[in-house]
Amino acid sequence: MIVTMEVNGEPRSAEVAGWESLLWVLRERLGLLGAKDACLQGECGSCSVLVDGDLVCACLVMAADAEGAQVTTVEGLASSGDLHPVQRSFVDQGAVQCGYCTPGLIVATAHLLEQDPDASDTDVREALAGNLCRCTGYGALVRAVAAARTATATDDGSAAPVGDGADREVRS
Amino acid sequence: MSGTLADRATVHGGVGTSVPRPDATAKVTGSFEFLGDMHADGMLWGATRRAWVAHARILRIDATAALAMPGVHAVLTQDDVPGHRYQGQAVTDQPVLAEGRVRYWGEPVAIVAADDAETARLAAEAIVVDLEELDPLVDLEAALEHGEIFRHVPVRRGNPDLHGEVVIEGTYVTSSQDPAPLGTEAGLAIPDGTGGVDLWGPTQWVHIDLEQLAACLALTPAQVRVQPCRLGGAFGSREDLSLQTHIGMLALRLDRPVKMVYDRTESFVGHVKRHGSLMHYRHEADRHGRLVRVDARILLDGGPYQLTSNAVIANSTYFAVGPYRCDNVTVDGYALRTNNPPSGAMRGFGSNQPCFAAESQMDRLADALGLDPIELRLRNALQPGDQLPTTGQLIEAPLPTDEVIRSVASIPLPDDEPNEDPRHLPGGTGLTTPRDRVVRGIGYAVGIKNLEFSEGFDDNAEARVVLHGDGAVVHTAAVEVGQGMVTVLTQIARSALGISKVHVAFDHTGQIGSAGSTSASRQTQMAGNAVLQAATAVRERALAQLGGDDLDDDGVWRGDTLLASLAELTAEGPIEQHVDYHHRATDQPDADGQGDLHVDFCVAAHRAVVDVDPDLGLVRVVQIAIGQDVGRAMNPQQLLGQIEGGIAQGLGHAVMEEVVLDHGVIRNPSFTDYLLPTCLDAPHVEAVLIEQPSTWGPFGAKGMAELPTMSATPAVVAAIRAATGRPLTRVPVRPEDLVAPALTGGTR
Ligand code: FES
Ligand code: FES
Repeated sequence: MIVTMEVNGEPRSAEVAGWESLLWVLRERLGLLGAKDACLQGECGSCSVLVDGDLVCACLVMAADAEGAQVTTVEGLASSGDLHPVQRSFVDQGAVQCGYCTPGLIVATAHLLEQDPDASDTDVREALAGNLCRCTGYGALVRAVAAARTATATDDGSAAPVGDGADREVRS
Repeated sequence: MSGTLADRATVHGGVGTSVPRPDATAKVTGSFEFLGDMHADGMLWGATRRAWVAHARILRIDATAALAMPGVHAVLTQDDVPGHRYQGQAVTDQPVLAEGRVRYWGEPVAIVAADDAETARLAAEAIVVDLEELDPLVDLEAALEHGEIFRHVPVRRGNPDLHGEVVIEGTYVTSSQDPAPLGTEAGLAIPDGTGGVDLWGPTQWVHIDLEQLAACLALTPAQVRVQPCRLGGAFGSREDLSLQTHIGMLALRLDRPVKMVYDRTESFVGHVKRHGSLMHYRHEADRHGRLVRVDARILLDGGPYQLTSNAVIANSTYFAVGPYRCDNVTVDGYALRTNNPPSGAMRGFGSNQPCFAAESQMDRLADALGLDPIELRLRNALQPGDQLPTTGQLIEAPLPTDEVIRSVASIPLPDDEPNEDPRHLPGGTGLTTPRDRVVRGIGYAVGIKNLEFSEGFDDNAEARVVLHGDGAVVHTAAVEVGQGMVTVLTQIARSALGISKVHVAFDHTGQIGSAGSTSASRQTQMAGNAVLQAATAVRERALAQLGGDDLDDDGVWRGDTLLASLAELTAEGPIEQHVDYHHRATDQPDADGQGDLHVDFCVAAHRAVVDVDPDLGLVRVVQIAIGQDVGRAMNPQQLLGQIEGGIAQGLGHAVMEEVVLDHGVIRNPSFTDYLLPTCLDAPHVEAVLIEQPSTWGPFGAKGMAELPTMSATPAVVAAIRAATGRPLTRVPVRPEDLVAPALTGGTR
């Protein structure tokens, strides 16, 4: 069957088999490899994308059900070469290590801040509890969301300059 | 050779600054190409037929039906391995594909290549494997009794007849823990058209893979180019081969590129895990709490193949006592062969299991003596000038055991009152825990581990630094797995050169010699020193070439005069230096396990604060504080990332992460059933970095990434013990351990 969707603002269609998930179609049929595939069971959030504005695990959505949908993936967040504030703050705050969780977390975080720009750190932890990260222990992630929140609030598009050269307390 | 931070404090993004990772932008935009994202024209997809029994004789493998399926190109078995039929780092005892027997649940029996992933998967299922099931050997005492021993490491030190006044005995169990890197195993093999192959797979050491792959594929090392990086995490799980030989075999047989990606269940059986253990300890101390003797027997469950068990058990044995002085020590460490899933490296590499047991013993000792657990540890803290309690090695390098303990104890405690928000209570949003039922506990633990490879291994790392007109390129085959070595090497090269325009190029095995393994917390010091020496030599040559006295992004200077730009300086060709760095030699152990076996050590101390719901046995870790030995902080932000990430894994092993085994069968091989800490489970972390420069690490740096995991586990358990009074001799602690009637007490 042919499935047609709007992906990151572009009309896209692909010939798909009945068993194929939205994640499979994005990755293997449309060449959008940003969304990841760490569990394929809806447990890890590495495949998070937006479908008609809702945050979903693309591994749990049948491709056929996405017919006519508007899909946003991590590739669709940066506009004309500028990083999205969430992407910027993930870089600056060291919220990226191996990066396998990162595309899903970026999409989930951008969605969260759009829904709830004043989310507290605890709200952030609850909202992102569906996105597993094995590397960071989530601390940098929560700091990154806080920085992105500030950046979004001040609307200057840039996160607080806390990355380069910003030292934490070091006692010898 | 060493530099100082002050030397080059001015270079942008040099050592000591929290520069972001060079690959971060690609990772946040989704453009970073991981192994599973790779593609080659004309490629086929591979899949693996596994045997889902723990132990069996293979009676028949019939691929007729699979081969008859449209789109299937080949089915290969152990009979098709072109070269040496076994792989393994220390000894090659693991068949590439099961040979005659299945020795663990999920062992690969055959491999398939087909036009697409779904056809390959269905074809693998269609391969008929007739098995005669056998009893699996899964009990450690039984394995020891049957002599199924990969390695016995004995330690005999001091006077066996000296005894203390206070005796504490205990038996401890740690379950197997899965490294669970978020990226599953994936790989791509591309035949080069002349009989060789380019191979991308999940690896932490391309050159050790090369040795095994060339032998198994019947190729010369020059015909196999093992490519590094692109990993979604590792934590030890990529130290042993998984799918590399399989995709190499299929690609060479078919002369087509072959890609393979494991799903999460395959990943659970497709990579090594932290050894489960059974440990018996006896601590004896004088009435002041000074350790007089420690006796221990440590059994590690290696699974069916040796892999790195020989080295893991060495760590368990040599770090059995922890960072404490003790002159009379007897340890027998055994790595045992069973039909449980293969064990190998995981963050801490054998030091974590005894850390849990020995730190539990120290708490009981403190309790018996009426001493504060911090005070007891300080009275015994191992310092430079002391001898390692097990091997007798004199500690010469800085070792801030005392300082990490004092610093962690001085970090302010969180608020006493459990927060009203249910998300801060043990029951979470389930709203199961009334606030007034919450009991708080505080616990401490200290860990010590070796850095680099030990026991006489000639450990080396190669690097090449090349200065071009537009900046410098660092070449290395050291593998970036996500930990941030790429950032640290960039910083070291910048500071050594005085140039900020530095790029790290990850070379394959055909381009540069070994940088050794990305493990044992070793690359900051090993690859780091190779880069430091090479970059320093390049700088010196650049200055000597024109008689300059400074080098920066503009070029070579003498005083205030720019003698030449980088482009002019390198007009006749790049300036380059290759270095093969070796750390100082270590001894092999004598018959009593004595000797200078280790290059260097690292220590950390943790304090955990937990809230427990004693009715439901639920635990929430509120805060973990850590004092961490780092030598010198190369990149404080990355260090904090290693600390927080390591702590989450140690916490996971304390309260949730267990590979549940039932006669060798994994009962929870999925993220639905194997619980990883989430954002809500991860505690607030307070870290103090203790800087006592290493005498030999680049700019004084030490490797450190394993320590945050190690003593986090016993610290969390100690805190739960403090809250509940339960003995808790097994990790992970399960709810039933907290609510069931204690064996020694009556009903609660
Ligand atoms: S891959 Fe979709 S939730 Fe894990
Ligand atoms: S950065 Fe590796 S899983 Fe999150």
